[in-house]
Amino acid sequence: MSTVHLTIDGKDVEAEEGTSLLAAARSAGIPIPTLCHHDKLEALGGCRLCMVEVESRGKTRLVVSCVYTVEKGLTVRTRSAKLERIRKGILELLLAHAPDSPQLAELAREYGADRNRYEPESLFCILCGLCVRYCAEVVGKHAVGFIDRGIRKEISFIPEIAAKECDACKACFPLCPTSYLQAAYVLTGSLVFPDGCSTAFQSSRGPSSP
Amino acid sequence: MEMKTIDGIIERHQVEPSALIQILLEIQREYHWLPQPALHEVGRRLQVPMSRIQHVATFYKAFSMVPKGRHRVNICMGTACHVRGASRILETVQEHAGVGPGETDLEHKFSVETVNCIGCCALGPVIDVNGKIHGRLTRAETAGVLERCE
Repeated sequence: MSTVHLTIDGKDVEAEEGTSLLAAARSAGIPIPTLCHHDKLEALGGCRLCMVEVESRGKTRLVVSCVYTVEKGLTVRTRSAKLERIRKGILELLLAHAPDSPQLAELAREYGADRNRYEPESLFCILCGLCVRYCAEVVGKHAVGFIDRGIRKEISFIPEIAAKECDACKACFPLCPTSYLQAAYVLTGSLVFPDGCSTAFQSSRGPSSP
Repeated sequence: MEMKTIDGIIERHQVEPSALIQILLEIQREYHWLPQPALHEVGRRLQVPMSRIQHVATFYKAFSMVPKGRHRVNICMGTACHVRGASRILETVQEHAGVGPGETDLEHKFSVETVNCIGCCALGPVIDVNGKIHGRLTRAETAGVLERCE
């Protein structure tokens, strides 16, 4: 496989053909913020925080670096006034969904995002798809998936699979940037076993629940 | 619901996972909704995970995860129908069927939906009952159309 030379933030970077801009930048020690990226998973391009400016043939445009592959002679900027503004805007929208996420709060501090800019609409899920993709691609159980679309899109456990597999696994829990997932899991448990008689779901319940 | 019918539909599509949407559409046409056992059968035969089937089935408005009534009533709320009193037609349908948009009555007789344009604005206000278009409706005519449904 051939290597490609490109410039990221004025630095000459060498990368394997086919790698993403994000991977190339990170291997060169240039940080790009992400929420939906995971090294073991196929890129989704869902959170849009890793947006960068790409300059080729005299034109500048915005691309999502985790799903954009490196090209010869590209000039990439990972920080600019425009990018800061875009990331701040994205963070403010996400904060309306998950105002108490520590990961979001830290990014908000960095980019000066105001968590109260938009009316809170606490869904606690920012649809990064980490749990869904991790369960499908790494664990291979497909216990959690998306349902519906647009503003009604949400994650949902398949009760039949979740009851069998999730208690022993829970690998997706630490991935969640908002901790919504745990809530969804417990919710599924309480829906499927309203009397709380199943041991499969009990250990995941918080001490405060009845 | 008969598993034979479901299996027939799956086999007509060569048990091909990429035909998932077509298979679901056929099941939807057959039963007017997607019964859970049918979805499990589709998942088992096509080797498609249930999470994916659920995603697809809830993504498209053509699919329903709950049983639908025998008669589909779509009321056009597009601009032309709106100015010609679509809201009054909707009211009449609601009174007659006893359910509002997106709902199905307990006897599974009517499923009422609002749509944004049926494409025959000159006939407004328009409703579509089981694929048949009824245009230039008055309240009384709307009630008549619904009464003729068995």
